[in-house]
Amino acid sequence: MTSNADTTKPSVNLNNLILHLHPRRIKAPTLRFTVTFGLGGMAALLVVIQVFTGLLLKFHYEPSPDNAYNSILNLQQGLLFGQLARNLHHWSAVLLLWTTFLHMLRVLFTGAYRKPRHMNWFFGIVLLMLVILSNFTGYLLPWDQLSYWAVTISTSLLDYIPFIGSSIRESLLGGKEVDAASLTNFFNLHTGVIPVLMVVLMGYHFWRIRKAGGVIVADKDKDEPMIDTYPHLVARELVVALVLIAILFLLGSLFDAPLRERANPAISPNPAKAPWYFMGLQELLIHFHPFFAVVIFPVILLLAGFWLPYIKLTDNNQGIWFLSENGKRAGIYAFLAGLVMTILFILVSDVLPDPEMLLPFIPSLITTGFIPFLVAAGGIFLFLKYLHGKFSLNRSEYIQCVIIILVVSYTVLSFTGILFRGEGMKLMWPWQL
Amino acid sequence: MTPALSDKKAKDTSGRRDFLRKAWPVVGLVAAAEFLLFTINMLRPGKELSKSNPISTLKIIGNVEDFQVNSVTTDRVNKLFLVRQQDGGFLALSLICSHLGCSVAWDEPNTRFICPCHSSAFDKFGNVVNSPAARALDYFPVTIEAGKVKVDISRKMKRKKFDKSQVTYAL
Repeated sequence: MTSNADTTKPSVNLNNLILHLHPRRIKAPTLRFTVTFGLGGMAALLVVIQVFTGLLLKFHYEPSPDNAYNSILNLQQGLLFGQLARNLHHWSAVLLLWTTFLHMLRVLFTGAYRKPRHMNWFFGIVLLMLVILSNFTGYLLPWDQLSYWAVTISTSLLDYIPFIGSSIRESLLGGKEVDAASLTNFFNLHTGVIPVLMVVLMGYHFWRIRKAGGVIVADKDKDEPMIDTYPHLVARELVVALVLIAILFLLGSLFDAPLRERANPAISPNPAKAPWYFMGLQELLIHFHPFFAVVIFPVILLLAGFWLPYIKLTDNNQGIWFLSENGKRAGIYAFLAGLVMTILFILVSDVLPDPEMLLPFIPSLITTGFIPFLVAAGGIFLFLKYLHGKFSLNRSEYIQCVIIILVVSYTVLSFTGILFRGEGMKLMWPWQL
Repeated sequence: MTPALSDKKAKDTSGRRDFLRKAWPVVGLVAAAEFLLFTINMLRPGKELSKSNPISTLKIIGNVEDFQVNSVTTDRVNKLFLVRQQDGGFLALSLICSHLGCSVAWDEPNTRFICPCHSSAFDKFGNVVNSPAARALDYFPVTIEAGKVKVDISRKMKRKKFDKSQVTYAL
């Protein structure tokens, strides 16, 4: 090291690597933790941890129905740190889903989906779907009662897509039922196809951030000074990364990844539940005809997601959490309304007799599909009308309220499915399960 | 109106170039679609051309007299219920719920099949008595030969609801 070494400058090698990912200088306000909560960076780090722990697990896992379960048992019981490796893979997968989802909410609630960031919004949706798919294909691999039936339920959902549904299902499973071919398919998708796609898209995703001029900033901060990425941003990233890794090791040491009895294709456990991130969907299926829960809702959501950046907006409030004071206040109303309306919907639908039994002469697509859909959509519409009158919302605040209601509803549905559904999927308190 | 020679030449060139510029992405998209279909096809099960020991799909479940009138027998190995109806007819119902593929169980006191996943319920003809299931349990064709009840488990039949023709009688 020469005498004029400067500790505020990284070594040449490190410099090259960091400055390929980051610009040399960034806007000072983007350093504030509450601008992004570091969620995108956390997701990226978790993907790296997934790859690393996944590669370790591959040394011991055998993807065949005869050996898969035993290979997991051997890994956990016969190998030093085997259980820890699996726990870390499990918990980083759970955290990855959470951070990706929260990252998406951050982008929505700071208006960062607008042009020129729209391409990153689109590829963000694709990446979120890849994260879900990656999680889901990994779910089957332990081949226990939990994973076998969760995958059976989830893939049966595909049958309700008209015309192409059962063909998609057969391609995914490599046959009509979950068996050896399905395990081969899932293993290869999980350990090969999806990770490669994800890494490529992540590269593109990062490059687009630079292309858009860095993380979003509010108009009032546009003229703030630029500062050096190293050490200001890099030091902060390192802190977040180390805290996250510490939390992950804590989780992995304290809580084991679940493993039930070996899969038995003849007996489904009672209750049989989908993976936790699909539990909102499974809860929805108790109240809605499968065609609505599996086809109508996801298609509407996806189309709305891709259409979002093209809606003409009248304000320029991006970069500010919840857009404005008005948006914040209306958002709290939307949050409470989503909470109350969803809980009421679940309770009323539970108490009411089956509409099919009441009106057996009307097709169930109408009684358990169209009618509850109209009730739910009508309720949301009337509430938004009230909110619009109360706060005179502009368009982006209005959209924000719709998003809040949808997110809260899905969260309530998920919690109901995970915590409040016991034997026979009946409603009960968590301590009665 | 006669355009200058150089103009005309330029226009021709740009027309051809324009066409090629537009054609390339189309060709690329077609190639990408082909590659995608090729990939998805690799996931699907192929025809099994060589099988070490072919297993018959026609299963003998038991003798006719083994099954009491008005009873339900659970066969978890072949994933079916053999139901002997009030009038002595046989009906083989699939163990798999028509809603989302969980395995249903016979609830004797309430005389109905109940699914543990979403509490769908079916009567002993397989008809839905409680949603969310939207159609009856699948059935398998039953044949009775020389006093033996046989079920072809390769032929799982989908149906909206029960029909008399799905029941087989011992002669």
